[in-house]
Amino acid sequence: MRLPGLDLKNPIMPASGCFGFGREFAPFYDLSELGAVIMKAATGEQRYGNGTTRVAEAASGMLNAIGLQNPGVDAIIENEVPFLRKYDVPVLANVAGSTVEEYVEVADKISRHVDALELNISCPNVKEGGVQFGTDPELAAHVTRDVVRVSAVPVYVKLSPNVTDIVELAKAVEAAGASGLSMINTLTGMRIDPKTRRPIIANKVGGLSGAAIKPVAIRMIYQVYEAVEIPIIGMGGIETADDVIEFLLAGASAVAIGSANFKNPLICKELIDGLDAALERYGFESIEEVIGGAHHEKTAAGVLRP
Amino acid sequence: MTITEHEEIARATFRMVLKGQIATEVREPGQFVHIQVSEKFYLRRPVSIAEVKEDTVTLLYKVMGDGTEALTKKHVGDQVDVLGPAGNGFPLDVREGAHALLVGGGIGVPPLYQLAKQLRRQGVRVTAVLGFQSGAEAFFTKEFTELGDVRVATNDGTLGHQGLVTDVLDGEFDTYFACGPTGMLRAVSEKMEGVPGYLSMEERMGCGIGACLACVVPSNDEKGYRRICCDGPVFNAKEVVLS
Repeated sequence: MRLPGLDLKNPIMPASGCFGFGREFAPFYDLSELGAVIMKAATGEQRYGNGTTRVAEAASGMLNAIGLQNPGVDAIIENEVPFLRKYDVPVLANVAGSTVEEYVEVADKISRHVDALELNISCPNVKEGGVQFGTDPELAAHVTRDVVRVSAVPVYVKLSPNVTDIVELAKAVEAAGASGLSMINTLTGMRIDPKTRRPIIANKVGGLSGAAIKPVAIRMIYQVYEAVEIPIIGMGGIETADDVIEFLLAGASAVAIGSANFKNPLICKELIDGLDAALERYGFESIEEVIGGAHHEKTAAGVLRP
Repeated sequence: MTITEHEEIARATFRMVLKGQIATEVREPGQFVHIQVSEKFYLRRPVSIAEVKEDTVTLLYKVMGDGTEALTKKHVGDQVDVLGPAGNGFPLDVREGAHALLVGGGIGVPPLYQLAKQLRRQGVRVTAVLGFQSGAEAFFTKEFTELGDVRVATNDGTLGHQGLVTDVLDGEFDTYFACGPTGMLRAVSEKMEGVPGYLSMEERMGCGIGACLACVVPSNDEKGYRRICCDGPVFNAKEVVLS
């Protein structure tokens, strides 16, 4: 199946920040089996990220506040992209920044080396930039427009769920030229240790991921699918092939697997291997048939998007 | 892996023996396994390996919260989902006849046991300094006595010296190895400055394979950081910056 910039063998890819740059998972299975790979976020300069503790467990999920730790866009292009390019798999670069200028610089550079960009305007764990661009429709449209202008490849905008009306954001970035959406990023949360009386995570606030957020993701994808024409890469708590079907029915054209990679490093491969059986179980003959299937659309055009 | 033994050996401290293929893949003392307690617990729990025999590993863990509490309910014969052996352990290139200092704090003591056994096998003289909160929490003191000199310190003085492990580090040592809370590691490395040493660190982990960057420690080079789960957990004391 084809999405803008991406020729997918299957609709399953690891989510940004949960797969590094692929190296750590290469010993577990052949990365060429993946639908695509979304790399860890790239910023203009090297970033150390937040202090530790950076993760905390939650019911059916986890909080993280890594803080966009990465070696910087130049080092990623030099050292990490070539590693992933050895595999027969489309690569998306996740682009982050503190200012519009930084987003544009990173996008301009790295878009020459990958198949698509995932514009990260939704990281909740950095003080500047990140989510501030993702919660204001005008700012989101501004950064999207400028990044689309310089990017050599299609741009997917990663939306934050930490907003009152995600449809408004989705429409704003679509109008600004986004080729697709990726949703959802983590929900902000906090845990406090009764023994120390302090937040467990050094950054205090972290992003909640895992099965706990799946219904939120499904709801948001369902709503956004009805309001935009561009394809959606869905994510948020996927752990089983049934979850994949659920995301596709809500309106996702492909899905990304996030923190489940931490529990089980083989999860992406297991989901790929189990997808056909799941399709059969629910009476589907193809992935395309599932996409948007919960919306009871009457015309085939809507169902088959893109 | 399959649980073959499971018992409480000191207050809130449990010994679990696991049998399986992973045990045969352990390269060096100081490596750990990453345990999924159950479906209810989203993150795995890293536990260091205290002893390796043919196809078993012995783990010691302390009850720190709901996850480790749930682990205590597992029975002999139960299967446990384990990843590992993970990480890089203690380097064993210590010359015969050298004198090595091993410093363990609380649940940092276990990996030093396998290390002490291997160093002894190589003809290295071992002095172990073991710190616990109290005598009720102490373990392995007898086992270490069979391998060399042992000094024990407890916070409340109910066993050995009352105070910190750093109070009882006197002596001439060719190298040292330490495992315990970061504050203890910093104090030990400061006190042992000038002596080549290795520190085993602990931190809350996400993936345990180096991908998520949850368990990092600042380093003294351009890269700026090390991942505790896969670059460590054992580091040269000069390599990392302890806060």
